[in-house]
Amino acid sequence: MIKQTRVIMGMPIVLMTPDTSVTSENLEEVFSFFTYVDKTYSPFIDSSIVSRINRGEMGEPEYPDELREILAIAKNTKHQTNGYFDVWHKGNFDPSGIVKGWAIAEAAKIMAKFTNNFYVEAGGDIEVSGVNDEGNPWQIGVRNPFDRNQNVKIIILKNSAIATSGTAIRGQHIYDPVQGKELNDVASISVIASNIIDADRMATAAFAMGAKGIYFIEQLAGYEACAAMQDKTIITTTGWYNYEAV
Amino acid sequence: MYKKLAVAGFVIITFIIYSIHQRNEGSQAVQKVTTSQGNTSQSTAASSNTTTQSTASVSYKDGSYTGKSSDAFYGYVQVRATITGGKLADITILDYPQDRDNSVEINNSALPLLKQEAIQAQTAQVDGISGATDTSQAFVESLGDALAQAKA
Repeated sequence: MIKQTRVIMGMPIVLMTPDTSVTSENLEEVFSFFTYVDKTYSPFIDSSIVSRINRGEMGEPEYPDELREILAIAKNTKHQTNGYFDVWHKGNFDPSGIVKGWAIAEAAKIMAKFTNNFYVEAGGDIEVSGVNDEGNPWQIGVRNPFDRNQNVKIIILKNSAIATSGTAIRGQHIYDPVQGKELNDVASISVIASNIIDADRMATAAFAMGAKGIYFIEQLAGYEACAAMQDKTIITTTGWYNYEAV
Repeated sequence: MYKKLAVAGFVIITFIIYSIHQRNEGSQAVQKVTTSQGNTSQSTAASSNTTTQSTASVSYKDGSYTGKSSDAFYGYVQVRATITGGKLADITILDYPQDRDNSVEINNSALPLLKQEAIQAQTAQVDGISGATDTSQAFVESLGDALAQAKA
Protein backbone atom coordinates (compact mmCIF):
# COMPACT_ATOMS: atom_id res chain seq x y z
CA MET A 1 0.00 0.00 0.00
CA ILE A 2 1.27 3.45 -0.89
CA LYS A 3 0.35 6.00 1.76
CA GLN A 4 1.44 9.62 2.02
CA THR A 5 0.30 12.29 4.43
CA ARG A 6 0.98 16.00 4.29
CA VAL A 7 -0.41 18.96 6.23
CA ILE A 8 -1.97 21.46 3.83
CA MET A 9 -4.85 23.89 4.44
CA GLY A 10 -4.20 23.42 8.15
CA MET A 11 -5.21 19.77 8.03
CA PRO A 12 -3.70 16.39 7.25
CA ILE A 13 -4.15 15.33 3.63
CA VAL A 14 -3.87 11.56 3.20
CA LEU A 15 -3.49 9.72 -0.10
CA MET A 16 -3.52 5.93 -0.32
CA THR A 17 -3.52 3.41 -3.13
CA PRO A 18 -2.73 -0.28 -3.33
CA ASP A 19 -1.56 0.28 -6.88
CA THR A 20 2.25 0.34 -6.82
CA SER A 21 2.42 1.78 -10.34
CA VAL A 22 1.35 5.13 -8.90
CA THR A 23 4.50 7.23 -8.63
CA SER A 24 5.49 9.84 -6.08
CA GLU A 25 5.25 12.40 -8.92
CA ASN A 26 1.62 11.38 -9.32
CA LEU A 27 0.95 11.95 -5.64
CA GLU A 28 2.85 15.22 -5.82
CA GLU A 29 0.40 16.43 -8.44
CA VAL A 30 -2.45 15.83 -5.99
CA PHE A 31 -0.68 17.51 -3.07
CA SER A 32 0.19 20.48 -5.32
CA PHE A 33 -3.47 20.87 -6.10
CA PHE A 34 -4.30 21.16 -2.37
CA THR A 35 -1.54 23.78 -2.00
CA TYR A 36 -3.08 25.70 -4.88
CA VAL A 37 -6.53 25.51 -3.22
CA ASP A 38 -5.09 26.82 0.04
CA LYS A 39 -3.37 29.77 -1.67
CA THR A 40 -6.45 30.58 -3.69
CA TYR A 41 -9.28 30.12 -1.19
CA SER A 42 -7.85 30.43 2.32
CA PRO A 43 -9.45 33.30 4.26
CA PHE A 44 -6.18 33.45 6.23
CA ILE A 45 -3.95 34.26 3.25
CA ASP A 46 -3.94 37.94 2.27
CA SER A 47 -3.46 37.35 -1.45
CA SER A 48 -6.21 34.71 -1.77
CA ILE A 49 -9.32 35.34 -3.83
CA VAL A 50 -11.39 35.09 -0.66
CA SER A 51 -9.33 37.79 1.10
CA ARG A 52 -9.49 40.02 -1.96
CA ILE A 53 -13.27 39.70 -2.15
CA ASN A 54 -13.52 40.53 1.56
CA ARG A 55 -11.39 43.64 1.05
CA GLY A 56 -13.65 44.67 -1.82
CA GLU A 57 -10.85 44.27 -4.35
CA MET A 58 -12.69 41.78 -6.54
CA GLY A 59 -16.25 42.15 -7.74
CA GLU A 60 -18.53 39.47 -9.06
CA PRO A 61 -17.81 40.15 -12.77
CA GLU A 62 -14.17 39.28 -12.10
CA TYR A 63 -14.83 35.95 -10.38
CA PRO A 64 -12.96 33.10 -12.07
CA ASP A 65 -15.05 30.22 -13.48
CA GLU A 66 -13.79 27.86 -10.82
CA LEU A 67 -15.10 30.14 -8.06
CA ARG A 68 -18.43 30.40 -9.86
CA GLU A 69 -18.63 26.61 -9.87
CA ILE A 70 -17.97 26.53 -6.11
CA LEU A 71 -20.51 29.30 -5.50
CA ALA A 72 -23.14 27.44 -7.52
CA ILE A 73 -22.74 24.42 -5.23
CA ALA A 74 -22.92 26.76 -2.21
CA LYS A 75 -26.09 28.43 -3.45
CA ASN A 76 -27.75 25.10 -4.08
CA THR A 77 -26.75 23.89 -0.62
CA LYS A 78 -28.09 27.01 1.06
CA HIS A 79 -31.42 26.37 -0.60
CA GLN A 80 -31.46 22.66 0.26
CA THR A 81 -30.65 23.32 3.91
CA ASN A 82 -33.08 26.19 4.47
CA GLY A 83 -30.23 28.63 4.93
CA TYR A 84 -28.20 26.52 7.33
CA PHE A 85 -25.34 26.57 4.92
CA ASP A 86 -24.19 30.01 3.88
CA VAL A 87 -20.89 31.24 2.49
CA TRP A 88 -21.63 34.63 4.03
CA HIS A 89 -21.19 34.77 7.80
CA LYS A 90 -21.44 38.01 9.78
CA GLY A 91 -20.82 40.00 6.60
CA ASN A 92 -17.76 37.96 5.75
CA PHE A 93 -17.37 35.92 2.56
CA ASP A 94 -16.11 32.46 3.34
CA PRO A 95 -16.74 29.56 0.93
CA SER A 96 -14.42 27.13 2.77
CA GLY A 97 -17.36 24.95 3.80
CA ILE A 98 -17.72 24.02 0.15
CA VAL A 99 -14.09 24.36 -0.86
CA LYS A 100 -12.95 21.47 1.33
CA GLY A 101 -15.32 18.94 -0.28
CA TRP A 102 -14.76 20.37 -3.73
CA ALA A 103 -10.98 20.12 -3.28
CA ILE A 104 -11.21 16.46 -2.25
CA ALA A 105 -13.45 15.75 -5.28
CA GLU A 106 -10.98 17.44 -7.63
CA ALA A 107 -8.08 15.58 -5.98
CA ALA A 108 -9.97 12.31 -6.50
CA LYS A 109 -10.27 13.19 -10.20
CA ILE A 110 -6.49 13.61 -10.37
CA MET A 111 -5.96 10.27 -8.57
CA ALA A 112 -8.39 8.61 -10.98
CA LYS A 113 -6.00 9.45 -13.85
CA PHE A 114 -3.45 7.09 -12.27
CA THR A 115 -5.51 4.32 -10.65
CA ASN A 116 -9.02 3.03 -10.01
CA ASN A 117 -8.19 2.19 -6.42
CA PHE A 118 -7.58 5.08 -4.06
CA TYR A 119 -8.38 6.85 -0.82
CA VAL A 120 -8.27 10.64 -0.58
CA GLU A 121 -8.72 12.30 2.80
CA ALA A 122 -8.57 15.91 3.93
CA GLY A 123 -9.00 16.43 7.66
CA GLY A 124 -11.26 13.44 8.28
CA ASP A 125 -13.36 13.77 5.13
CA ILE A 126 -12.82 10.86 2.77
CA GLU A 127 -13.59 9.80 -0.79
CA VAL A 128 -12.70 6.31 -1.92
CA SER A 129 -12.65 4.38 -5.16
CA GLY A 130 -12.22 0.66 -5.79
CA VAL A 131 -10.46 -1.49 -3.25
CA ASN A 132 -7.68 -1.49 -0.63
CA ASP A 133 -4.47 -3.54 -0.73
CA GLU A 134 -6.34 -6.68 0.29
CA GLY A 135 -8.66 -6.34 -2.66
CA ASN A 136 -11.54 -5.44 -0.34
CA PRO A 137 -13.64 -2.27 -0.29
CA TRP A 138 -12.16 0.46 1.91
CA GLN A 139 -13.02 0.02 5.57
CA ILE A 140 -13.45 3.29 7.44
CA GLY A 141 -13.80 4.06 11.13
CA VAL A 142 -16.00 6.80 12.53
CA ARG A 143 -14.00 8.47 15.26
CA ASN A 144 -15.35 8.73 18.79
CA PRO A 145 -15.54 12.50 19.39
CA PHE A 146 -14.90 11.85 23.10
CA ASP A 147 -11.84 9.67 22.56
CA ARG A 148 -9.87 10.11 19.38
CA ASN A 149 -8.21 6.72 19.79
CA GLN A 150 -11.52 4.94 19.39
CA ASN A 151 -13.95 4.31 16.58
CA VAL A 152 -17.66 4.19 17.31
CA LYS A 153 -18.61 2.67 13.97
CA ILE A 154 -16.83 0.85 11.19
CA ILE A 155 -18.24 1.08 7.72
CA ILE A 156 -17.48 -0.24 4.26
CA LEU A 157 -17.34 2.35 1.48
CA LYS A 158 -17.60 1.48 -2.19
CA ASN A 159 -16.91 4.35 -4.59
CA SER A 160 -18.48 6.79 -2.17
CA ALA A 161 -17.60 9.27 0.54
CA ILE A 162 -17.94 10.12 4.22
CA ALA A 163 -17.54 13.45 5.95
CA THR A 164 -17.72 14.31 9.63
CA SER A 165 -18.58 17.64 11.16
CA GLY A 166 -18.34 18.31 14.82
CA THR A 167 -16.41 19.72 17.65
CA ALA A 168 -13.00 18.51 18.59
CA ILE A 169 -13.03 20.64 21.70
CA ARG A 170 -13.36 17.97 24.28
CA GLY A 171 -14.36 18.32 27.88
CA GLN A 172 -16.76 21.08 26.95
CA HIS A 173 -20.42 20.98 27.76
CA ILE A 174 -23.07 23.09 26.19
CA TYR A 175 -25.62 24.44 28.61
CA ASP A 176 -29.03 25.69 27.74
CA PRO A 177 -29.14 29.07 29.49
CA VAL A 178 -32.94 29.10 29.43
CA GLN A 179 -33.53 25.73 31.00
CA GLY A 180 -30.22 25.75 32.85
CA LYS A 181 -29.32 22.21 31.91
CA GLU A 182 -26.89 20.46 29.70
CA LEU A 183 -28.15 20.11 26.18
CA ASN A 184 -28.33 16.71 24.66
CA ASP A 185 -26.75 18.02 21.55
CA VAL A 186 -24.58 16.64 18.82
CA ALA A 187 -20.87 16.13 19.36
CA SER A 188 -20.27 15.04 15.78
CA ILE A 189 -22.22 13.87 12.78
CA SER A 190 -20.86 11.70 9.97
CA VAL A 191 -22.59 11.63 6.62
CA ILE A 192 -22.21 9.03 3.85
CA ALA A 193 -23.03 10.12 0.28
CA SER A 194 -22.17 9.02 -3.24
CA ASN A 195 -19.55 11.79 -3.47
CA ILE A 196 -17.51 13.92 -1.09
CA ILE A 197 -19.00 17.28 -2.06
CA ASP A 198 -22.44 16.08 -1.00
CA ALA A 199 -21.20 14.29 2.12
CA ASP A 200 -19.19 17.33 3.23
CA ARG A 201 -21.80 20.03 2.65
CA MET A 202 -24.61 18.00 4.25
CA ALA A 203 -22.47 17.02 7.25
CA THR A 204 -21.68 20.70 7.76
CA ALA A 205 -25.30 21.75 7.50
CA ALA A 206 -26.58 18.87 9.65
CA PHE A 207 -24.13 19.72 12.41
CA ALA A 208 -25.24 23.35 12.37
CA MET A 209 -28.81 22.14 12.88
CA GLY A 210 -27.89 20.51 16.17
CA ALA A 211 -30.11 17.65 17.34
CA LYS A 212 -32.35 18.06 14.30
CA GLY A 213 -29.51 17.34 11.89
CA ILE A 214 -29.85 13.58 11.92
CA TYR A 215 -33.54 13.90 11.00
CA PHE A 216 -32.64 16.26 8.19
CA ILE A 217 -30.31 13.59 6.75
CA GLU A 218 -32.94 10.90 7.30
CA GLN A 219 -35.21 12.81 4.95
CA LEU A 220 -32.59 13.18 2.22
CA ALA A 221 -32.59 10.43 -0.39
CA GLY A 222 -29.16 8.91 -0.99
CA TYR A 223 -27.65 9.94 2.34
CA GLU A 224 -27.08 8.14 5.62
CA ALA A 225 -25.70 9.53 8.86
CA CYS A 226 -24.48 8.63 12.30
CA ALA A 227 -24.59 11.24 15.06
CA ALA A 228 -22.59 11.02 18.28
CA MET A 229 -24.54 12.86 20.95
CA GLN A 230 -23.18 14.75 23.95
CA ASP A 231 -24.80 12.16 26.23
CA LYS A 232 -22.49 9.58 24.63
CA THR A 233 -25.12 7.79 22.62
CA ILE A 234 -25.15 7.20 18.88
CA ILE A 235 -28.13 7.84 16.63
CA THR A 236 -28.15 6.39 13.11
CA THR A 237 -30.42 6.91 10.13
CA THR A 238 -32.52 3.93 9.10
CA GLY A 239 -30.26 2.89 6.20
CA TRP A 240 -26.93 3.37 7.96
CA TYR A 241 -26.66 -0.32 8.92
CA ASN A 242 -26.29 -1.20 5.23
CA TYR A 243 -22.80 0.32 5.36
CA GLU A 244 -21.68 -1.21 8.64
CA ALA A 245 -18.89 -3.76 8.54
CA VAL A 246 -19.99 -7.05 10.03
CA MET B 1 -7.06 12.90 34.80
CA TYR B 2 -5.26 11.06 32.03
CA LYS B 3 -7.84 12.40 29.57
CA LYS B 4 -7.37 15.96 30.78
CA LEU B 5 -3.64 15.65 30.32
CA ALA B 6 -4.16 14.27 26.84
CA VAL B 7 -6.40 17.17 25.95
CA ALA B 8 -3.93 19.62 27.44
CA GLY B 9 -1.13 18.01 25.51
CA PHE B 10 -3.11 18.16 22.30
CA VAL B 11 -3.87 21.85 22.73
CA ILE B 12 -0.25 22.68 23.58
CA ILE B 13 1.22 20.68 20.71
CA THR B 14 -1.20 22.02 18.14
CA PHE B 15 -0.58 25.52 19.41
CA ILE B 16 3.16 25.13 19.06
CA ILE B 17 2.75 23.84 15.53
CA TYR B 18 0.47 26.74 14.81
CA SER B 19 2.89 29.28 16.28
CA ILE B 20 5.71 27.97 14.14
CA HIS B 21 3.46 28.07 11.12
CA GLN B 22 2.41 31.61 11.92
CA ARG B 23 6.02 32.72 12.33
CA ASN B 24 6.89 31.25 8.95
CA GLU B 25 3.96 33.03 7.42
CA GLY B 26 5.29 36.17 9.07
CA SER B 27 1.81 37.33 9.82
CA GLN B 28 1.37 38.04 13.49
CA ALA B 29 -2.14 39.32 13.56
CA VAL B 30 -2.28 41.31 16.75
CA GLN B 31 -5.71 42.68 16.71
CA LYS B 32 -8.00 43.52 19.55
CA VAL B 33 -11.42 42.07 19.06
CA THR B 34 -14.21 43.18 21.27
CA THR B 35 -16.77 40.56 21.95
CA SER B 36 -20.34 41.29 22.72
CA GLN B 37 -21.06 39.43 25.92
CA GLY B 38 -24.71 39.37 24.95
CA ASN B 39 -23.75 36.51 22.72
CA THR B 40 -22.97 34.14 25.53
CA SER B 41 -25.84 31.77 25.08
CA GLN B 42 -23.45 29.02 24.09
CA SER B 43 -20.37 30.16 25.88
CA THR B 44 -18.75 27.76 28.21
CA ALA B 45 -15.85 28.05 30.55
CA ALA B 46 -13.06 25.59 30.22
CA SER B 47 -10.94 25.34 33.26
CA SER B 48 -7.71 24.17 31.90
CA ASN B 49 -4.59 22.53 33.13
CA THR B 50 -2.74 23.66 30.06
CA THR B 51 -0.24 25.78 31.88
CA THR B 52 3.48 25.43 32.42
CA GLN B 53 5.93 23.21 30.53
CA SER B 54 5.67 24.13 26.87
CA THR B 55 4.51 27.67 27.50
CA ALA B 56 7.03 28.33 30.26
CA SER B 57 9.60 29.73 27.84
CA VAL B 58 7.21 32.49 26.78
CA SER B 59 6.29 35.23 29.18
CA TYR B 60 2.78 36.59 29.08
CA LYS B 61 1.30 39.71 30.61
CA ASP B 62 -1.48 39.10 33.09
CA GLY B 63 -4.96 39.88 31.83
CA SER B 64 -7.69 38.58 29.57
CA TYR B 65 -7.17 38.50 25.82
CA THR B 66 -9.83 37.80 23.23
CA GLY B 67 -8.63 35.94 20.17
CA LYS B 68 -9.85 36.68 16.70
CA SER B 69 -12.91 34.85 15.50
CA SER B 70 -11.53 31.88 13.56
CA ASP B 71 -13.09 30.01 10.72
CA ALA B 72 -14.11 26.48 11.64
CA PHE B 73 -15.41 25.82 8.08
CA TYR B 74 -19.02 25.76 9.24
CA GLY B 75 -18.94 28.63 11.66
CA TYR B 76 -16.63 30.60 13.85
CA VAL B 77 -14.74 29.83 17.00
CA GLN B 78 -13.55 32.53 19.33
CA VAL B 79 -11.78 32.10 22.65
CA ARG B 80 -10.58 34.33 25.46
CA ALA B 81 -7.35 33.47 27.22
CA THR B 82 -6.79 34.54 30.81
CA ILE B 83 -3.21 34.95 31.93
CA THR B 84 -2.43 34.78 35.63
CA GLY B 85 1.10 34.94 36.99
CA GLY B 86 2.46 35.05 33.46
CA LYS B 87 0.85 31.73 32.57
CA LEU B 88 -2.20 30.63 30.68
CA ALA B 89 -4.73 30.01 33.45
CA ASP B 90 -8.05 29.77 31.69
CA ILE B 91 -9.64 29.53 28.25
CA THR B 92 -13.21 30.66 27.74
CA ILE B 93 -15.07 29.83 24.57
CA LEU B 94 -17.01 32.89 23.38
CA ASP B 95 -18.27 31.77 20.03
CA TYR B 96 -18.83 28.29 18.82
CA PRO B 97 -20.58 27.01 15.71
CA GLN B 98 -23.70 25.58 17.27
CA ASP B 99 -25.61 28.78 17.80
CA ARG B 100 -27.61 29.04 14.63
CA ASP B 101 -31.31 29.66 14.68
CA ASN B 102 -33.35 26.52 14.59
CA SER B 103 -35.34 27.47 11.55
CA VAL B 104 -35.07 24.32 9.54
CA GLU B 105 -38.42 22.82 8.76
CA ILE B 106 -38.77 19.16 9.41
CA ASN B 107 -42.04 17.40 9.19
CA ASN B 108 -42.09 15.86 12.65
CA SER B 109 -45.07 13.64 12.02
CA ALA B 110 -43.14 11.82 9.31
CA LEU B 111 -40.09 11.13 11.44
CA PRO B 112 -39.29 7.53 12.17
CA LEU B 113 -37.86 6.57 15.51
CA LEU B 114 -34.16 6.43 14.81
CA LYS B 115 -31.96 3.84 16.43
CA GLN B 116 -30.14 5.15 19.48
CA GLU B 117 -27.50 3.20 21.35
CA ALA B 118 -24.66 3.76 23.77
CA ILE B 119 -21.27 4.49 22.25
CA GLN B 120 -19.23 1.32 22.01
CA ALA B 121 -15.64 1.15 20.89
CA GLN B 122 -15.16 -0.87 17.70
CA THR B 123 -11.90 -2.71 17.35
CA ALA B 124 -11.86 -4.00 13.77
CA GLN B 125 -9.03 -2.77 11.59
CA VAL B 126 -9.67 0.20 9.34
CA ASP B 127 -7.98 1.81 6.33
CA GLY B 128 -8.87 5.33 7.42
CA ILE B 129 -10.84 7.30 9.97
CA SER B 130 -13.48 9.98 9.51
CA GLY B 131 -13.60 12.56 12.25
CA ALA B 132 -14.00 16.25 12.89
CA THR B 133 -10.84 18.30 12.91
CA ASP B 134 -12.20 21.67 11.89
CA THR B 135 -13.08 23.17 15.23
CA SER B 136 -9.84 22.25 16.91
CA GLN B 137 -7.90 24.10 14.25
CA ALA B 138 -10.04 27.21 14.60
CA PHE B 139 -9.74 26.87 18.38
CA VAL B 140 -5.96 26.82 18.12
CA GLU B 141 -5.97 29.81 15.80
CA SER B 142 -8.14 31.93 18.07
CA LEU B 143 -6.10 30.91 21.10
CA GLY B 144 -2.87 31.64 19.24
CA ASP B 145 -4.14 35.10 18.46
CA ALA B 146 -5.14 35.73 22.08
CA LEU B 147 -1.71 34.61 23.28
CA ALA B 148 0.06 36.75 20.69
CA GLN B 149 -1.63 39.74 22.29
CA ALA B 150 -0.61 38.55 25.74
CA LYS B 151 3.10 38.37 24.90
CA ALA B 152 5.09 40.59 27.17
